[in-house]
Amino acid sequence: MDTKRQYEVVFIVDPTADDEVSKLTESFSQIVTDQGGTVVKAETMGKRQLAYEILHHKDGTFVLLEIEGSGREIAELERRMRVNDRVLRYITVRVDEDRRRAEKLKERRARKAAKRPTQGSHPRRGPAMDFAEAAE
Amino acid sequence: MATNYEDRQRGGGYDGDDDGDRRPMGGRGGGRRMHRRRVCRFCIDKVDLIDFKDVRLLQNYLPERGKILPRRISGTCATHQRMLAEAIKRARNIALLPYTTD
Repeated sequence: MDTKRQYEVVFIVDPTADDEVSKLTESFSQIVTDQGGTVVKAETMGKRQLAYEILHHKDGTFVLLEIEGSGREIAELERRMRVNDRVLRYITVRVDEDRRRAEKLKERRARKAAKRPTQGSHPRRGPAMDFAEAAE
Repeated sequence: MATNYEDRQRGGGYDGDDDGDRRPMGGRGGGRRMHRRRVCRFCIDKVDLIDFKDVRLLQNYLPERGKILPRRISGTCATHQRMLAEAIKRARNIALLPYTTD
């Protein structure tokens, strides 16, 4: 795998340890960089009510990390988060493939849109199609 | 039953369960329920990616009970329903959305 993978990691921090949020984020970022990954974005999404209780907590602070790397740093990061009592829950989502797909779709759509006016009318164009387009 | 259904403006006629009963609510041909625009919102808006952090959006597809709104009611196309379901499941995992509500 020569291409870098992109991940989004969201983790929930214990709301009673609110002052530790930035410290935790920093230490997690450090772990990632130590393992050879890069943190593209680190963002605190703020305190939110949880949709259901986790370990008797009704709310938590959500933090989003966007990470680029090989995947090894994710393993280490997840291990650390699992061990840390302050982290109530975490989720890692690999996003590069979906993003690439989205990019491709967008491109295709742009190409189609560019093609349509120059190509002129459809080979089997009739009044029905005019009508359908007008209705859109 | 689910009388106060949030997504009334989109589909209407959802009786709050997924058992697929064909029983028309309020009678066939009567009134505005007949006019069901079966179009995929995501296709219209040209959405290529559905983010699991977008709670506001996902909530529209989670009626009272917390179940994922079926395609036959929302009119979402297969591709987008798949993306939507995936996003909702991820959001549930990190407590952004409920698994169930009672």
